[in-house]
Amino acid sequence: MGGMRHKHILDMASLSDADIRMILDTAVRMKEISRRPIKKVPTLRGKTVVQFFYEPSTRTKSSFDLAAKRLSADSLSFSKATSSAVKGETLLDTVQNIEAMQPDVIIIRHGSAGAPHFLAHHCEASVINAGDGMHAHPTQALLDLMTVREKMGRLRGLDLLIVGDIAHSRVARSNIVGFQKMGAHVTVCGPPTMMPIGIEQMGVKVAPSLDDAIGGADVIMMLRIQKERQAQFLMPDEREYAAVFGLNLERLQKASDDVLIMHPGPMNRGVEIAPEVADGPYAVILEQVTNGVAVRMALLYLVLGGK
Amino acid sequence: MDLIIRGGRIIDPGHFDGEADLYINEGRIAALKPGGGTGEAEKSVKVIAARGKIVAPGLIDLHVHLREPGEEYKETIASGCRAAVAGGFTAVCAMPNTHPPNDCAQVTEFILERAQSAGAARVYPVAAISPGLAGKGLTPFYELAAAGAVAFTDDGLPVANSLLMRRALEYARGAGCPVIAHCEDPLLSADGAMNEGPTATRLGLRGIPNVAESAMVQRDIALAGLTGGKLHLAHVSTREAVDAIRIAKSQGVAVTAEAAPHHFTLDDEAVCDYDPNMKMYPPLRTAADRDAIRQGLADGTIDAIASDHAPHSSIEKQLEFDLAANGVIGLETSLPLALKLVHDGVLSLPRLVELMACHPARIIGVPCGLQTGMPADITIIDPDAVFTVSADNFRSQSRNTPFEGWTLKGRATTTIVAGRVVFALDD
Ligand SMILES: [Zn+2]
Ligand SMILES: [Zn+2]
Repeated sequence: MGGMRHKHILDMASLSDADIRMILDTAVRMKEISRRPIKKVPTLRGKTVVQFFYEPSTRTKSSFDLAAKRLSADSLSFSKATSSAVKGETLLDTVQNIEAMQPDVIIIRHGSAGAPHFLAHHCEASVINAGDGMHAHPTQALLDLMTVREKMGRLRGLDLLIVGDIAHSRVARSNIVGFQKMGAHVTVCGPPTMMPIGIEQMGVKVAPSLDDAIGGADVIMMLRIQKERQAQFLMPDEREYAAVFGLNLERLQKASDDVLIMHPGPMNRGVEIAPEVADGPYAVILEQVTNGVAVRMALLYLVLGGK
Repeated sequence: MDLIIRGGRIIDPGHFDGEADLYINEGRIAALKPGGGTGEAEKSVKVIAARGKIVAPGLIDLHVHLREPGEEYKETIASGCRAAVAGGFTAVCAMPNTHPPNDCAQVTEFILERAQSAGAARVYPVAAISPGLAGKGLTPFYELAAAGAVAFTDDGLPVANSLLMRRALEYARGAGCPVIAHCEDPLLSADGAMNEGPTATRLGLRGIPNVAESAMVQRDIALAGLTGGKLHLAHVSTREAVDAIRIAKSQGVAVTAEAAPHHFTLDDEAVCDYDPNMKMYPPLRTAADRDAIRQGLADGTIDAIASDHAPHSSIEKQLEFDLAANGVIGLETSLPLALKLVHDGVLSLPRLVELMACHPARIIGVPCGLQTGMPADITIIDPDAVFTVSADNFRSQSRNTPFEGWTLKGRATTTIVAGRVVFALDD
C-alpha cells in the first residue's frame, strides 16, 4: 500500500474514496494501540505537532493531543486566549512565527471558512483542519465514517439522515461530502431557515419533515442547535425546536430496528436529542469519541509519511 | 496648431465614425479632417501616428475610491490619477468615503487642488449625501455643488432610511445633480462574505442574496419616480436589478446605471480558493447575473462601465476571507476588460465609447466629444495590443486585482487631457 498523497487535510472534497479508505484502515490499526495497557508507540518520536485553536473546543483539542502523545510526537497548543490573536496579530504573522520553530504538523481550528487553506498556502508544515467556520470538519467526518463502517460493516448504499442547522454546520458539510464519496445517500432535515440555498447541488435530498424522513434512515446524525440562532430569527425557541426537530423516544419508534444514532457533541439534552435516546441502545456517541482519537492518530501518521 | 493625431479611427458617437486627422490647439479640438493620414506638418507640431488605433473622447470612470484624505497608504489622489490616465481615463469621479469624508466644501476644494497639482486626470468630486456618511441628515448640496461636487452619494454605507433617500433625490434636483445609490439592504446582507447560493453553501461562507440589492433598487426607482430626482445606480450586480431598471426606463423614470468590469467578467465560482482579491461589495454573482449585466450593457439598460476602483493594502487583504476588506482595484484593467466584451461580440466599439465616455459625461453633466471647440480630452486605444496583467506594473499604489496574470487584448496607448499628453505607453 502506498502512503498518503496529500500533505494537508483541508476538507473532505479534496480526498478521494481511496484516500478515505486508507485513512479508515489505518485508524483501525491505531485503535488497537489505544486498547493496549501501555497506549504509546514511538512512531512519531521527534516530530512536533502544533495546535491552534481560534475557537473554543475541548473535545477536538484533547483528541488531537492524545493522538499526538500516543504516537510519541511533541505537541503544543495555543488557544485564542493564550496566543497573540488577542493582541491583534494577523493569522499570517502568527503562522510565520510558529513556522520559524519548524513544526511538522499544524492543526488549526478557526472561525473563518478557508483559514486552513490560507495557512496551507503560506507554510511548509502539513496543515490539518480541525474545523473552519461553517465550511469543513474533515476529522469529524472521518471518525463518523469509521464509526458507521465499524457498526454496519459497510458504507456503500447506506442512508444517512442529518438533522438540524445544516446552514451553519461544518459537520454537516463534511459528512455530506464524505458519506457520498463512500457510496452512501444523504438526506438533510431541519427548519427551512436553517437550510442553505443551493444545498441540493451538494447531491442531498431535503426532507421537510423529520417524521417522514426517519423511517428510511440507517444512520441518524443529530446536530447541536445553538441558542444564539433565535436572535437571527432562525427559530422561535428551543421548546418548539425540540417538538418538531428533536429526536425523542416516540419519534424513534418510526426508525428502523438497527438504526445508529450519532451526535458530534456537545449535546443539548432535551433539545435536539432526548436523554433517553442519547443514553439508549442505538446511540454510538461515545464510540465516536473513541474513534476520534484513532482517526487523528491515523492522519498524523499518514501526513508525516507513514504507510 | 499644437498636436495632430493622424490616421486613426475616430469614434465620436452621434457625430463621427471613420478615419480622420484630429487637430488640437490650445487645449481644444481645432479641427477634424476626414480621410487624412498623410500630409506635411510644421516641424514644431507634435504628431501622433494613430493608424490602426481608435481615437475616442476621453474616458470617464464614474466610480473611483481615491482614499485621500485619510488612507494615503492605499492610494493618493496623485497615484490614483496616474493609474487613471494609464488606464485610458481622462477623468474620474472621486467617492466621498474618505477620512474625513467629502461632506463639506473644504474637502471638495482640497480634492480639486490635489488633483490639479497631480496634473494627470481630471477629478470630479462626488460629495456625501449625509454628514459623516451617517445617514442622519443632508449635507449642504448647493454649497458642495458650487465648490465642484458633481453628484451625491453615501457609497459604501447605503441609505437605509427611505425618507432620507427621498429628500436627497428632491434636494439634489434643486442643486442640479444626480444622487448615486449604492443599493443594499444592510439587514439582508449582514455578515455576508460572498454571493448567496450553491457556491457559498459549499464553501461555508455566509451569503448575500440578490434581493439585498434588488429590493433597494426597486425602492430607489420608486422614489425617483415620486420625486423626479435624477437617480444613478452604482455597481449593479444582479439580474433582478437589470430587469427593474429596464422596466423603469420604459416607464420614463430618470434612472441611469453603471456596472463594474469584475461583475461582467467573473462569477462567484471565482471565490473557490478563498482568494480575498475575489471579495468585493456587491459580491461576484452567478453566471446568470453576469450574463444579464452583459445583456444590459449591450441593450442600453446599463448606461456606463465604472470600475469601483477600491484600493486596499495587504493589511486589509492578506487575511481570512470573511475578515478581509471588500473591494478590488480596476482603473488599469477596466478598458481592457470592456474591450474583451468587444472582442467577444457583446459590444460594438461605438457602444463601448458611449458606455465609458459619452454616458458617464452626460450623467454628471460635463462636456464630452471631439467636435471643434470642445476640450481636447482624448483616449487613443490600440484594440489589439496583447499584454499580461501584473499588479507590479500598476501606477496604483495597491495590488488588489482579481485579474493578476490574465492575458488581455487591447489597452490605451495615449491619454490626452486638455490637449496635453498625460500618458503614453512606451512600446
Ligand atoms: Zn458601493
Ligand atoms: Zn464604491
